Amino acid sequence: MNIPEYMCESYDVAVIGAGHAGCEAALACARLGCETIVFMVSADTIALMPCNPNIGGTSKGHLVRELDALGGEMGRNIDKTYIQSKMLNISKGPAVHSLRAQADKQRYTASMRKVMENQDHLTLKQAEVAELLWEDCGDGTKKVTGVKIASGGIYPCKAVILCSGVYLNARCIFGEVSQYTGPNGLPRATMLTDSLVKAGLEVLRFKTGTPARIDGRTVDYDAMTVQNGDNPVVPFSFENRPEDIAREQIPCYLTYTNENTHEIIRENIDRSPLFSGDIKGTGPRYCPSIEDKVVRFPEKDRHQVFIEPEGEYTNEVYLSGLSSSLPEEVQIRMYRSIRGLEHAKIVRNAYAIEYDCLKATQLKPSLESKQIHGFFSAGQSNGSSGYEEAAAQGLIAGINAARLLQGKKPVVLDRSQGYIGVLIDDLVTKETREPYRMMTSRAEYRLLLRQDNADLRLTEIGHEVGLISEERYQKFLEKKENIASELRRLNETILGASENVCEYLRSINTAIIHTGTSLAELLRRPEMTYEQLAPLDSDRKELASDVIEQVEIEIKYEGYIERQRQQVEHFKKLERKRLPEDLDYTAIPSLRLEARQKLQQLRPMNVGQASRISGVSPADISVLLVWLANVSRGTSASDPEETEN
Amino acid sequence: MAIVREQDTIAAIATALSPSGIGIVRISGPEAFAVADKVFRKGMKAENGGDNSVVNGTSAPSPVSGFASHTVHYGYIVDLQNGRTIDEVLMLVLKAPRTYTREDTIEIDCHGGVLVTKRVLEAVLAAGARLAEPGEFTRRAYLNGRIDLSQAEAVAGIIGAKNELALKNSVRQLRGREREEITLIRGEILREIAQIEATLDDPEHLSFDGFDEVLSTQTTDHLRRIRKMIDTSEDGRKMSEGIRTVIVGRPNAGKSSLLNALLKEDRAIVTEIAGTTRDTLTEEVRMRGITLLLVDTAGIRATDDTVERIGVERAKQAAADADLILWVVDSSAPMDDNDRAILASCAGKPMIALLNKSDLPTVTDAAALRAVMENAGQAFAESDANGPERTPKQGNAPADMSAPIAISAKTSEGLEELEERITSMFFAERIAADDECVITSERHKQALLAAEGSLLRVQDSMASGMPEDFYTIDLTAAYEALGTILGEEPDEDVINMIFSEFCLGK
Repeated sequence: MNIPEYMCESYDVAVIGAGHAGCEAALACARLGCETIVFMVSADTIALMPCNPNIGGTSKGHLVRELDALGGEMGRNIDKTYIQSKMLNISKGPAVHSLRAQADKQRYTASMRKVMENQDHLTLKQAEVAELLWEDCGDGTKKVTGVKIASGGIYPCKAVILCSGVYLNARCIFGEVSQYTGPNGLPRATMLTDSLVKAGLEVLRFKTGTPARIDGRTVDYDAMTVQNGDNPVVPFSFENRPEDIAREQIPCYLTYTNENTHEIIRENIDRSPLFSGDIKGTGPRYCPSIEDKVVRFPEKDRHQVFIEPEGEYTNEVYLSGLSSSLPEEVQIRMYRSIRGLEHAKIVRNAYAIEYDCLKATQLKPSLESKQIHGFFSAGQSNGSSGYEEAAAQGLIAGINAARLLQGKKPVVLDRSQGYIGVLIDDLVTKETREPYRMMTSRAEYRLLLRQDNADLRLTEIGHEVGLISEERYQKFLEKKENIASELRRLNETILGASENVCEYLRSINTAIIHTGTSLAELLRRPEMTYEQLAPLDSDRKELASDVIEQVEIEIKYEGYIERQRQQVEHFKKLERKRLPEDLDYTAIPSLRLEARQKLQQLRPMNVGQASRISGVSPADISVLLVWLANVSRGTSASDPEETEN
Repeated sequence: MAIVREQDTIAAIATALSPSGIGIVRISGPEAFAVADKVFRKGMKAENGGDNSVVNGTSAPSPVSGFASHTVHYGYIVDLQNGRTIDEVLMLVLKAPRTYTREDTIEIDCHGGVLVTKRVLEAVLAAGARLAEPGEFTRRAYLNGRIDLSQAEAVAGIIGAKNELALKNSVRQLRGREREEITLIRGEILREIAQIEATLDDPEHLSFDGFDEVLSTQTTDHLRRIRKMIDTSEDGRKMSEGIRTVIVGRPNAGKSSLLNALLKEDRAIVTEIAGTTRDTLTEEVRMRGITLLLVDTAGIRATDDTVERIGVERAKQAAADADLILWVVDSSAPMDDNDRAILASCAGKPMIALLNKSDLPTVTDAAALRAVMENAGQAFAESDANGPERTPKQGNAPADMSAPIAISAKTSEGLEELEERITSMFFAERIAADDECVITSERHKQALLAAEGSLLRVQDSMASGMPEDFYTIDLTAAYEALGTILGEEPDEDVINMIFSEFCLGK
């Protein structure tokens, strides 16, 4: 511990970690003009994908598209490095369509590394951060002054973004074996947790896990169902057109566990550290290990297993759905009990990993700490799980760190603006007791928050922040105008009930019309498509497919969209009711005791956020509303409704 | 901004401003006792009768804060400006927290009279209290944790209750079946939403197979139960606002004397309902348990005494939107075509035939009247206030419903029987089933209608083959609408509405 300290150069922002959160945070800061340094455990593992080899998936795909609309990097990077892409849930409504792409892990990492290395104002440094440096502000709060690395170097800075992933005091476990490393045998960070606790931050211990990687040559693909990608694909980035990123795709495969597999698991369940009690960290309920699934769904005689390539550079394949922490010899038997995996050879076994993370309710919706000015946190260090959740937070933390230094108001998305808003609001409001995974059901207004309209929802904000180029913005405005004018045209173009029209309608098995009918009205019919209208629509301009998609959705689901918008209006009423930062909740006697304590501790920004704190009941919210009304009545000068967010 | 509690002291007249009984001025807040100190003189008996006597400084203000809580004190209220006595009063001292607002409270009971009570209030305001807004006492009771929102709403209902039946229903509000039923339906809707969302998130383990059939059955059931509650709101309106009643009868049958008899019978204040024009003057009559809204009484007064104007025509018009028709027949004269025409024009409406002038020798008796009615095809047993779908509310003796009642507007004979008849006609089931809850609040009714609309849209979505995730939009809307009734969906508009229903002084 007696390593001599020495001063290094100053930065505006220091980012701790270069995983998916760290990369987005660092790039956002640097692109917004802040001198930024990013510390990482290894310069070879920038944007590493230590678990699943894909980006996106149900609701996570939404996050990536939103991130792209705001000017993040993940969408562009996966478009450059994908080996298969698929739109999920297309049999369901447009709200739950979700994009997922398999990545070539090595190229994903290399490509992001290149972007990072060539970014102006960004410095990369391989080092373990040992201490957060801060000073007291004298009013009970603290202020970030810099970081100290393990070798004694002190880097003064004005803001720090913690993106430590699963590296803080990490421990990997399978069966009776514990390895004190980060994922994949990488070095862990052992000093920073203590420093964070000393700074007054509360720390939790969470757990996650990963399945084994198998030698692809030992898999019998003929015994499995092939899963191909889409053609054409939908790019993640709104900057790309499908044809720009077209490529030959590599298939995945589907197989299933069986009763035999489950029997092996049940017989050895007491040797799983999850059940033996060796793992104290809380695991994700929604990304469960196979032993969790077998215990929780005893009536299911099989579970899906997807065989996903790790990339073109390797024979290793990932066994999606089979995350486990059973002893290695049990893992071997378990995997080999599965059809097509009878001769499988494990290259890397499955393991669980335990790590320290922050209690995210200590953060504001801007992801800045409530107690330490200039200290931000993003990603798994906030108790989330998943690359996409991490990247989304990293981008927001990066944007807001830069804006803090530039004296601008933070960017906070609310639950009606995007999954990113839902994600962060949940993290900083609900006391998450397990790694938080994005899910469709968490978004109340999902019909408005579709992956297809992420650009329409957020490009404006990205442009205003300064992460969307002028060229891209002009293209966006043009798209918006094309949608608006096509909607107008379809609503205003009236078809007469002529014999020709009726004959065509009959020929495509839809009801004929008896009076003048607009094209929009015809398109609203469930069985009708924009394409099918073409013969009746001679004035039609050639429009891009993404414009047509928006026009179709807007017209077909108009009533639902409108009703959801009304729900959003209703929701916003409570979001606009700001709660004074110095409000003494203990002095409102009509709040129930639990609510008083929770509100006093979490200090929500507005009544809407307060209503989502567990332990605060609707009756408590009514009390707050009446109380606020009384305050504004007493001091009519300050209207609590004046500001949003 | 950090200080939470409103620190000022409010005052208002807590009783109705009417020229009778006593008037109560209520003061609440941290300065309530200090305000009382300034205006109250304990037991200072002015020998010369009190009124307008000059306080000559011999009696110092009494320190009210020194009085024991929940005690009554005799004394006088004085005008601070000129030192004159305003009224002789009893003052109640109530110390926090055992008060309605949980704040220090003073209640001054003065000698009724609009002017005196107002002057006492003015003195209190001059001594530093602020005039309370409508509902502010209750809002404070609520903010100070004395009552919850549904209790506040019930308080508003109690204040607004016009008769005993409505009062009983207000007290019961949201304690019995309504809350239970809405909670049940809401819970089922939540499970439906949860099932859709769980299936969206875990398609591997959950599926939508057969879900539409189940949801369809459940939605139909919810709609049936919600509609049943909406239906009771009609009863609720009649109970809380009154039964819209029209008096018909040929000229000189005694409509106006019946009207006067009813008005005389009313033991409370008769109001001319605001906003009604002279042509359709409505008067309100309370008969113990029920309230009658006598429609178009102006018409009766205008035409009955002056000769031969209409009768039939007006009856027709008024009958159209009445809940009840009182048909006045002159028992001392034979039936004529006019009577039959009136009878025909009111077909299908709940009607009570009244044989007036029972104090005179009978020419037309009950049997004769019945014969005419049966002839006219007026089937009273089926005439029901609530349309064809509802079961008639004739209680145990449906036959009685059609029996004419002999009355004498002059001697008030038969009015009691009339009241009983009306009660059993409209509220028989309600009165019998004590725990049945009737929707009396317009707000609750609107919320139920909104929930109904949303569930109908869920059915539309299923019928038109929309993907399951679309159902959740309208299911959620129904869930939230029902939640507003229970106070589970905090909404400022709703809260404002609840407190705005209060009158001044509550």
